[in-house]
Amino acid sequence: MSIDTDTAARVAKLARIRVEDDQLPALAQEFSNILEFIEQLNEVDVDGVEPMVSVTPMRLKRRQDGVTDGNQQEKVLSNAPDAREGFFAVPKVVE
Amino acid sequence: MTDLTKMKVAEARDALRAGDVTSVELTEACLDAIEGAGALNAYVHKTPEIALEQATAADARIKAGDAPAMCGIPMGIKDLFCTRGVASQAASRILEGFRPEYESTVTTQLFDAGAVMLGKLNMDEFAMGSSNETSCYGKAVNPWRRGNDDSQLTPGGSSGGSAAAVAADLCLAATGTDTGGSIRQPAAFTGITGIKPTYGRCSRWGIVAFASSLDQAGPMTKDVRDAAIVLQAMCGHDPKDSTSANLPVPDFEAMLTGDIKGKTIGIPREYHMDGMPEEIETLWAKGREMLAEAGAKIVDISLPHTKYALPAYYVIAPAEASSNLARYDGVRYGHRATLAAGEGINDLYEKTRAEGFGPEVQRRVMVGTYVLSAGFYDAYYNRARKVRTLIKKDFEDVFAQGVDAILTPATPSAAFGLGEMQDADPVQMYLNDVFTVTVNLAGLPGVSVPAGLDKQGLPLGLQLIGRPWEEGDLLNTAYALERAAGFAEKPAKWW
Repeated sequence: MSIDTDTAARVAKLARIRVEDDQLPALAQEFSNILEFIEQLNEVDVDGVEPMVSVTPMRLKRRQDGVTDGNQQEKVLSNAPDAREGFFAVPKVVE
Repeated sequence: MTDLTKMKVAEARDALRAGDVTSVELTEACLDAIEGAGALNAYVHKTPEIALEQATAADARIKAGDAPAMCGIPMGIKDLFCTRGVASQAASRILEGFRPEYESTVTTQLFDAGAVMLGKLNMDEFAMGSSNETSCYGKAVNPWRRGNDDSQLTPGGSSGGSAAAVAADLCLAATGTDTGGSIRQPAAFTGITGIKPTYGRCSRWGIVAFASSLDQAGPMTKDVRDAAIVLQAMCGHDPKDSTSANLPVPDFEAMLTGDIKGKTIGIPREYHMDGMPEEIETLWAKGREMLAEAGAKIVDISLPHTKYALPAYYVIAPAEASSNLARYDGVRYGHRATLAAGEGINDLYEKTRAEGFGPEVQRRVMVGTYVLSAGFYDAYYNRARKVRTLIKKDFEDVFAQGVDAILTPATPSAAFGLGEMQDADPVQMYLNDVFTVTVNLAGLPGVSVPAGLDKQGLPLGLQLIGRPWEEGDLLNTAYALERAAGFAEKPAKWW
């Protein structure tokens, strides 16, 4: 499948990565090449085949739904680019 | 002892226990070697103070008679592992300045066993790449050269810094991670040994996630025995990783007898690729002979869906990456873009990610976003997961026929020149993983063993693929292959 620049722009938006307009044609071309490569998968007969969920036949582990950790506000915030008064600070989200 | 850095883990362990050398001496020798090897760009964050502190503690422990195998062994750690208080950036700008408040399970186990951290090692950004050229730190350089030609070669990727550091004796061993071949391909390109264990053997906790259903950590070492020793220390059940296997870890080193009489080794016909250099075909044939001479039974096998492994991988890995990398939003850690007046939260996300992620990471995140988007999920993502089921079944079928291990080339070529693939289509670079990626998709253990030199004087590796959870048996077959191949070459020092 060939990807047009509108689709490339939409994907960039969904991925929250800014791509300047003049770069969209090159990006669309790269996507098209990768998808062309991926489309070999259409040759495979997958009728009745279950999609893989877990590569090793193991049941996901469960544990009691209880608090096991906490009281680490300082550590949680220590790498934040902007932390104030015990919170992560971000630009205004709600008008 | 003339050059301590050339020691293998097993030799150093024995010398430490015998009191012939101290961990501080070993560590200082490695730190000196690192200082003199800037041209390789293998270490991107050096931690000499931590190293000497750990070495001093290790020496005390050895003296007290409480010395596990890894006690006092100086190692390099791939930048993908979170190490407490030490930069852990996954070679990405987006994690600039990030210093984890916690330690990954694998490095915790290594340090608890007394291992010494010399520093963090170069890699492709978020482990996405096969040449170490996508790193925000710049490329790592292979210590090997083509004869007298001084052009720079890639150490492979994504664990390129780990491979270069081990091959150039800048540590005794290193950690790597492998999502599509990122331990085995660089090991093959630098003439060292690298094993990716069965999915679930090593905890993924605290390792920056790329594609969670494929990622596994493993050791990169100077020989198979060292791989067994270091892997032993890295493995084990971890309640903090829900996919970590609650299985006993056998004594891998004790399983290295070199006796493979009666073992059945499969040679998959689908791994004969068009355009593969004749030298690799020849090496593969030699490997087959060597294992036969060691008493193994060789059988030709078929893994019919091999051709579809790479395309399936390039759906599944980007899909998982797009989800895993959604956390890099400029809010909680790492890089944050500067906003202009009037810009809001979406501008923060979009600008931060455009500035923080390099081109290959952006490409994969967007491909992953596309294959998971409404309308394409079934056509791409679900189809790829079905093909993955078939690829795994290919292996299960041959194991059910009695095959103990599978012998293949590790890579379709020797190390290529840095920059050589610059103008190539991204898909061309992806072909590097053609022999290794099936193993990740099937969750199996795979080991790359150096087996010879090509006519340019560059190392070539063979890969052995084992049954799930049978790393011990696999390493023993690798040990037999290593002994038969007798590869002992080292790169001539030019750096």
